[in-house]
Amino acid sequence: MKALGGLLRKEVYHILRDRRTLVVIIAMPVLQVVIFGYAIRTDVDRVRLAIVDPTPDPVTLAIRSRFDAAGVFRTVAVLPRPESLDSLFERGDAQGAVAFDPAFAEKLGRGLPVRILIIGDATEPNTGGIVQAYAAAVVQAYANELGTHTAGIRIVPTIRTRFNPTRESSNLFVPGLMAFVLTIISSLMTAISLTREKETGTMEALLASPLRPWQIIVGKVTPYLVVGFASVVGVIVEARLVFHVPLRGSVTLLLFEGLLFILVSLSLGILISARTSSQRVAMMGALIGTLLPTMLLSGFIFPLESMPVVLRAISYIVPARWFVLVARGVMLKGIGLAYLWSATLILLAMASALLVASTKSFHERLET
Amino acid sequence: MRRVWFLARAEVLHVVRDRATLAQVLVVPVVQLLVLSNAATFRIVNTPTYVVDFDRSTASRGLITRFQASGRFDVTGAAASPDQANDSLLRGEATMVLTIPRDFERSLVRTGSAPIEIALNAEKGSAAGIVQAYASNIVAAYASELAARTGPVAGAAPRIEVRARNWYNPTLNYKHYMVPGILVALVTLIGTLLTAQNIAREKELGTLEQLNVTPITRGQFIAAKLLPFWVLGIVNLAVGLAVGWLVFGVPMRGSLLLLFAAAAVYLVVALAIGLWISTLVETQQQAMFVTFFIMNVYLLMSGLFTPIDSMAPWVQVVSQLNPVRHFVTIARGVLIKGAGLREIARPLITLAVYGAIMLTLAIRQYTKRIA
Repeated sequence: MKALGGLLRKEVYHILRDRRTLVVIIAMPVLQVVIFGYAIRTDVDRVRLAIVDPTPDPVTLAIRSRFDAAGVFRTVAVLPRPESLDSLFERGDAQGAVAFDPAFAEKLGRGLPVRILIIGDATEPNTGGIVQAYAAAVVQAYANELGTHTAGIRIVPTIRTRFNPTRESSNLFVPGLMAFVLTIISSLMTAISLTREKETGTMEALLASPLRPWQIIVGKVTPYLVVGFASVVGVIVEARLVFHVPLRGSVTLLLFEGLLFILVSLSLGILISARTSSQRVAMMGALIGTLLPTMLLSGFIFPLESMPVVLRAISYIVPARWFVLVARGVMLKGIGLAYLWSATLILLAMASALLVASTKSFHERLET
Repeated sequence: MRRVWFLARAEVLHVVRDRATLAQVLVVPVVQLLVLSNAATFRIVNTPTYVVDFDRSTASRGLITRFQASGRFDVTGAAASPDQANDSLLRGEATMVLTIPRDFERSLVRTGSAPIEIALNAEKGSAAGIVQAYASNIVAAYASELAARTGPVAGAAPRIEVRARNWYNPTLNYKHYMVPGILVALVTLIGTLLTAQNIAREKELGTLEQLNVTPITRGQFIAAKLLPFWVLGIVNLAVGLAVGWLVFGVPMRGSLLLLFAAAAVYLVVALAIGLWISTLVETQQQAMFVTFFIMNVYLLMSGLFTPIDSMAPWVQVVSQLNPVRHFVTIARGVLIKGAGLREIARPLITLAVYGAIMLTLAIRQYTKRIA
């Protein structure tokens, strides 16, 4: 037991001594929460609108003022001709444009049909579509008031946004961020720390010591487990204090599931280190094998439903997918095991399988 | 000049000889391009939808059909029970629940207006807002379709006809938007990471000391270190563009020459950042960690994944300092919109200034180490 304590102390020294890595480990989650809270958003707001109005008259001016009053739009340019629109769009100065027919009010007064062309910059398809829909709604509302619309049939949708009524992006990302941070610390750091012992040849020394294999693993892994847990708690506290992210369900359940996920990630880290011999390869392996799937295939940022079948199938074996599901359920929906038992079982199965596999691979290496 | 040439050649040989690095440089980006452009998407399709139809009329079925026909919604379950719908929301099986009340059709016919209810599971991705906008669109389109069917208004009431156009991406293909951005990310990552790692390795192995005692000057040293990776970055971009064009049919509306010229400027920035990182660190592991950390921030705040316009106002200001943002703007502008030199002048000049500053900073930092 004393030997284990010694190994633990050595590992803690290693972590504390490498200041740059330590700063990255501590600063990354903190900064990540801020970035995701403020930068990763998809709301369409303050749309830069260009207006093409060849012959300004009371009607076009009225419609233009409607756009300004709508709150969503900001008029950035009023042009007499549509020619310079291209350059406005290409520079990104305009996101949408509204073009009136010439002699608008006059034609309308004489009962002739008039046209309004709405152009959206669909480079980013969603924004383009939403800009168009907003603009069309503004014109439609004006037309309705004029009484020039066809027979009025209206379907009035009441929209309720469940679980996250304000659609705060920080609420959505915090659960995924926890998975991300845990993966970095548990998989990446463990893999590197074990491979470094191999690379520098000190693993031989550890193996020759009276320490038992499981003690070596426990000694190498425990500090990272503690660091991982601490930064998860840090992320939750920061998210609650700065962004007021809700925590509707049971904290105990959340921490328990977090522990399960840490076990899975640690085992993956040990497995990777058993298969590789240099830090660089271990790092690449951890990056491609654990970090990228956690980022991309967990539904953390991008909706899984939109992905092709192959990627969706792969996502089922990504542990983070299940952890994100559970963490979101507990934090945002306030649901318990009654709904989450299947995901928990899957995580449990993954944890035990990987734990057995990783200890075994470590043993095998001992014998050779 | 000959010294630069020799050192640059040694660098090229290092890259070519090490199979792992070669794979990292040539194969990994292509695979990432293929996977990322499929995975990193906010394209809204097949949103699992649960329908609670109390009305069961022609009008209500028509509405459901419109949702399904749009391709953006996928009816995964239907029952006249709000409890089951709520359950499927809680389970996360449904992202949207569409509830059509009793007397939907009758109320439409009699009063010309009827309510429906849409409940969204906003826990799933940040796409809930986009789903909501699409759903509202479909409902509005269906209403005007019904209105047109009940017959146009009598008399010659004047009409305002609204026409909508999607410029630059008429088929609303999300990949056309993502591929140029992902290309930028890959070129950036490879350039920065390899440079930072390369010099950190020389430090670790002690060969940097050997180089320091040779008559090579600092300028020559840095030129020789950057040149191979600069060429590599250009080659990477060319390969990625070819894949994007062949596999995803990404448009190339603008001048490719202009794009590569901008890339040449941008790569200097990316490599100088790598060089700068390498002067800060001692080991390869640290080099990778620090690069990864900085790149993470740069990429997420570059407008690559989510539009800059949607970010919080102060983030939009800060992101002006982000070189990746400017090159993403240029790449998308030139490829998708066909922008010319005049349109991309602003970001291009910013990049040039940025490159000059970063390079000076890196060389300065380097001087101290040698002295």
